[in-house]
Amino acid sequence: MKYIDEYRDGKLGQQIAARIAAEADPSRNYSFMEFCGGHTHAISRYGVADLLPKNVRMVHGPGCPVCVLPIGRIDQAIDLALNRGAIVTTYADTLRVPASDELSMMKAKARGADIRMVYSVNDALKIARDNPAREVVFFAIGFETTTPPTALALQTAQREKLQNFSVLCCHVLTPAAITHILESPEVKDWHTVPLDGFVGPAHVSILIGSRPYEGFAVQYSKPVVIAGFEPLDVLQAILMLVRQVNEGRAVVENEFTRAVTRDGNAAAIQVVAEVLEVRDSFEWRGLGEVPHSALKIRPEYAAWDAERKFDLHYTQVADHKQCECGAILRGVKRPTDCKLFGSVCTPESPMGSCMVSSEGACAAHYSYGRFRDIPVVSA
Amino acid sequence: MCLAIPARIVALNGLEATVDLGGVRKTISIALVPEAQLEDYVIVHVGHAIGLVDPEEARLTLELFAELDASSASESKA
Amino acid sequence: MSKKYIRPLDIKHGRVDMNHGAGGRASAQLIEEIFLRAFDNEYLRQGNDGATLPLPIELLQGARLVMATDAHVVSPIFFPGGDLGCLAVHGTLNDVAMQGARPLYLSASFILEEGYPLIDLQRIANSMGAAAREAGVPIVTGDTKVVEQGKGDGVFISTTGIGVVAAGVHISGDQARAGDVVLVSGTLGEHGVAVLSSRESMEFETTIESDTAALHGLVADLLAALPAGSVHVLRDPTRGGLATTLNEITRQSGVGMLLDESRIPVLPQVEAACELLGLDPLYIANEGKMVVICAPEAEESALACLRAHPLGLAACRIGIVTVDEHHFVQMQTRMGGRRVVDWLSGEQLPRIC
Repeated sequence: MKYIDEYRDGKLGQQIAARIAAEADPSRNYSFMEFCGGHTHAISRYGVADLLPKNVRMVHGPGCPVCVLPIGRIDQAIDLALNRGAIVTTYADTLRVPASDELSMMKAKARGADIRMVYSVNDALKIARDNPAREVVFFAIGFETTTPPTALALQTAQREKLQNFSVLCCHVLTPAAITHILESPEVKDWHTVPLDGFVGPAHVSILIGSRPYEGFAVQYSKPVVIAGFEPLDVLQAILMLVRQVNEGRAVVENEFTRAVTRDGNAAAIQVVAEVLEVRDSFEWRGLGEVPHSALKIRPEYAAWDAERKFDLHYTQVADHKQCECGAILRGVKRPTDCKLFGSVCTPESPMGSCMVSSEGACAAHYSYGRFRDIPVVSA
Repeated sequence: MCLAIPARIVALNGLEATVDLGGVRKTISIALVPEAQLEDYVIVHVGHAIGLVDPEEARLTLELFAELDASSASESKA
Repeated sequence: MSKKYIRPLDIKHGRVDMNHGAGGRASAQLIEEIFLRAFDNEYLRQGNDGATLPLPIELLQGARLVMATDAHVVSPIFFPGGDLGCLAVHGTLNDVAMQGARPLYLSASFILEEGYPLIDLQRIANSMGAAAREAGVPIVTGDTKVVEQGKGDGVFISTTGIGVVAAGVHISGDQARAGDVVLVSGTLGEHGVAVLSSRESMEFETTIESDTAALHGLVADLLAALPAGSVHVLRDPTRGGLATTLNEITRQSGVGMLLDESRIPVLPQVEAACELLGLDPLYIANEGKMVVICAPEAEESALACLRAHPLGLAACRIGIVTVDEHHFVQMQTRMGGRRVVDWLSGEQLPRIC
């Protein structure tokens, strides 16, 4: 597969890793946060951590939209299907996230809720057209990458006067989350979470460009390297971060030049601006209320806003008392620091979202990494 | 975060396109990348093209990776 | 066939109705004109509810019986490369064969949904009959029931198979030993991708076909070619894919495994389809492949034998069995790093993230 396989070349990967080992200063530690859950997944899936020297550590960030989706929002989606008789369409990622009353979307489906998995929001539109007598709600999650298709769908719904279609908008914003982490006491004041730089998200950056990260580099003196999705991209970005730290620089660099520009995708930015606007505040699971971090539907599209249409009110629901998802999402704790990890909380019976999503730090560690330090012995 | 893959446009139909990835074909929307042409590679996410792949930059990036082997190892810090 | 029925079934336009399940004349006609016609053999011609079968002579020489059963509910019923019918035959034949056994007889029971088109039912039955004939294993008895519309997904098929395994052959999931080699008989993920591609909601086109096939011939060749006791485990990686099968085995045998990612054979189109959907080929169902775990000395002969058979052309070694009290299936990635190939808790779902 072109533009994929070449960036997974094992030999090249080992060469880049060797260069990182050669250039990392043995007298100090390097701690980089990969913001994006897709990067967390790639690092785990390819065992990239094995290739890094011991003093270069990756901290998993909250860039997993499923992981940061609060229980209260899933409750809203379940309520629409179970109690309000709507067909709720969703990306598969949300189906297993544990919500209130021991339910998840999948469990609600088993109780008779009409919840349907879709690959694209256009599938949801089609379901609405095919079922004019039913209300069809699209559960819109995701960062900036996933938002423009939702905006397009709302424009389509308005144009076609599709009365039975609406969107439960839970799209979240990357720069706000990065700010929140950089402003957190652990990072800013106490330095208990040393962060020397960020690996910036690949696909979000295609949409928003590299420009939005420039503020972080300047204000917080943290280098940001936007990395592509493949293991070679991630390794190269780590190398670039090590170099910036060594040279005392803190700027935004772009490793993913084959798809990311400084300005991003103007057409996409425009369509989102036309249909959606920034919420004052939005609860992120594990991070609490984060200002200007999420989007809602503009008044002009009120007729397709599920929150208005169904008069939904958001109720905050606390996580399990011992669930450390919040701390883990902020990079303050590791999965193994959580008392529930691996015992009560497993992919089979997830307590929190870090375990449900395959790119959540806990799921990634459980699935790919918990074997570490167990020697492989053949007969 | 966002599972997206590069695929080649093999047919255009207004704001829709058929893309090919390793022999698998899918119809997607190019409403967000309306300037896309036949044979262009686009990044596809949830049934939509979200950006174009720049072949020149792709080539340069690979060259950058490969160059590392050629350059001397004596740059390591003490 | 005697002219018991006033007119033949209207296969072209007819549909299954509740009469066909009542056990009376309508049932008999459905069975005769669709199933008996498709499966025809001496046992079915006996015309009884049960089949009287001769004792396989191997049993007198210390062989043991093997029995396996499987239910098939795949949707859609017709997919590239196969259908529910041949899948039902192959699946059970393979379960028997994976014990190192020679399959002898099959039974098939059908649960039909009221309203299901007879033309499609005939297509399924013919496919089953052809698969059984090709395999040399007759369908000797069966049953048919009809449920009301809405209470079934068109057709559900359950098949049971009986076979014999020679004395002294002990092929079982708990027989893998550290040092053994792990082989696969061919490329992975085709069945699952073929089925997904024909689901309406997925909407992607591919030329991938299901690999559904009966493997007992391949198994027989393998056992004949290798010294007795060399083959320790045989298993076909169906639901849940290779990853699930290997995890089952490590736990049954109390061992670990170490795989080499670069050696795991996957067709480019299957890889591409998985990329598109965010799926991992290691977890996708196969219906015409098997995992062979054998003593390391037997590796060369095993591969030569597999590759000489049309169903094993792409056979290769993918890993080794290790000592591991945690029973992990680990994999050396193409990057040179290591990861665990975990046992999925539920169905693998496409993801956006």
